[in-house]
Amino acid sequence: DIDDVGHKYHLELVLEDILDKDSTVNCTAEVLYHLPNKNLPPDVQFTIEGELKNTDEADSMFYNRIKSLEKELVAEDIPDSHGNVAPEMEPVRLLAWVASGYVIWQNSTENTKFQLAQIKHVKQVKRSDEYLEFDYRILLHEMVSQEIIPWQMTVLWHPHHGVQVTQ
Amino acid sequence: QLDFWLAPRGPGHPVDVRVPFPSLQPLKAHLEANGVSYSIMIEDVQALVDHERTEMLRGRRQLPLSTNTFDYATYHSLDEIYTFMDLLVAENPNLVSKIEIGRSTENRPLYVLKFSKGGTNRPAVWIDTGIHSREWVTQASGVWFAKKIVLDHKNDQGLASILDKMDIFLEIVTNPDGFVFTQTQNRMWRKTRSRHSGSACIGVDPNRNWDAGFGGPGASSNPCSETYHGPYANSEPEVKAIVDFVKNHGNIKAFVSIHSYSQLLLYPYGYTSTPVPDQQELHQISKEAVTALSSLYGTNYKYGSIITTIYQASGGTIDWTYNQGIKYSFTFELRDTGRYGFLLPAKQIVPTAQETWLALKVIMLHALDHLY
Repeated sequence: DIDDVGHKYHLELVLEDILDKDSTVNCTAEVLYHLPNKNLPPDVQFTIEGELKNTDEADSMFYNRIKSLEKELVAEDIPDSHGNVAPEMEPVRLLAWVASGYVIWQNSTENTKFQLAQIKHVKQVKRSDEYLEFDYRILLHEMVSQEIIPWQMTVLWHPHHGVQVTQ
Repeated sequence: QLDFWLAPRGPGHPVDVRVPFPSLQPLKAHLEANGVSYSIMIEDVQALVDHERTEMLRGRRQLPLSTNTFDYATYHSLDEIYTFMDLLVAENPNLVSKIEIGRSTENRPLYVLKFSKGGTNRPAVWIDTGIHSREWVTQASGVWFAKKIVLDHKNDQGLASILDKMDIFLEIVTNPDGFVFTQTQNRMWRKTRSRHSGSACIGVDPNRNWDAGFGGPGASSNPCSETYHGPYANSEPEVKAIVDFVKNHGNIKAFVSIHSYSQLLLYPYGYTSTPVPDQQELHQISKEAVTALSSLYGTNYKYGSIITTIYQASGGTIDWTYNQGIKYSFTFELRDTGRYGFLLPAKQIVPTAQETWLALKVIMLHALDHLY
């Protein structure tokens, strides 16, 4: 408890690579939830002990594949009702996962627990520069209220410049 | 004519509406004239529904002919599950019977399978799945449990000893209206499909509608909310049917209500932080059950009382059953922890059911060894 500021949590956690369960990395973090009346997203500071896996090859493959599409990518319901994700859509889903992490962070309080529930619709937006741009309509599941919250986000990505959520 | 999928909640909140074709132009004109921005989420709902229907029928042109050819590793429609139940009874008339305990809001039958080796009103175990319709792995697991009981009732020592003295009641689709809605209209539907006067919003959270701390903190009084408790306790026929059944039976000793997702094993209370008198025993059982569950595939579960482990929730099923004197009252939250959430891939159905069954056996065996 920090008077007039909020609640600070010190965390020790282990990060696990979704794509390679044996690949783990230790992490320490400090999260400060501000007082509710301030309406600010939590402050997060973290340190990763060790290195994250190199993803250059997978990144390039995805990047080049999308760049070489004749028509802009459009897809719906990822995963579908039965939990299926077409293999070629997996990177699109992972990108949404990362971007939704930002949205979740910006909207989290001590009384929320968000998860990405589904991508309802994704549409690639043509760009003249080197970035890839995707317009996502996602559903977030909030655990405490059990609400399903639709959210729209515009995501920019480039292998060397990482992910940006612009809207 | 307009069908609201995300009902109006107030200024600044988006609204989703399904528009029948003849109303399309007038609605667009109306929105534009009033400066209300809109975007099209689904161009053709019928096409989507048709597509989904063909997906579900693909490879299953006919309804299953026997429970041996039934595909347990896929999600099924309500009709397919109801057909499965009848097949199971027909194939095992000396062990399995089907009871109708009531009707849903939309008048669908509420079926419970009874597994019994005889006797009269033996002490019993109750298991329900699918009370929250979007939690599809639960109904699918329920189907698997039913078949498992039939397969193992003679050769599995534990199960055989349970059935020697106790009956098992299994309600696979506890919320059939919601289930059908998740298959035809909205995969994320949780509640029942009841309409209560004074609101455009539909549905009551069946796990907030029980008479235990009803209406208290941990449920919503807003009919548009996913945790709406309803106008009064047991307002929902799906809930009332179970309440009546439990009271009339009078000899249920263990009650397990199954949900997804989060990988948790929970015991009462949810509506208050006062621990239940049997806290220590329930905690110990949970520990054993979770250990058994993990032993199969290494799936990690946490356990504890509802209020300390997940959140405060009032009007919940197992709070009511516990207060009725059913000591061994538990709730499961099955796989996963959020990666797929409600949309758990079908290939995880059987592993989930298998590991959960091990935990259920621990609970049932404990009840058997500690009958009261």
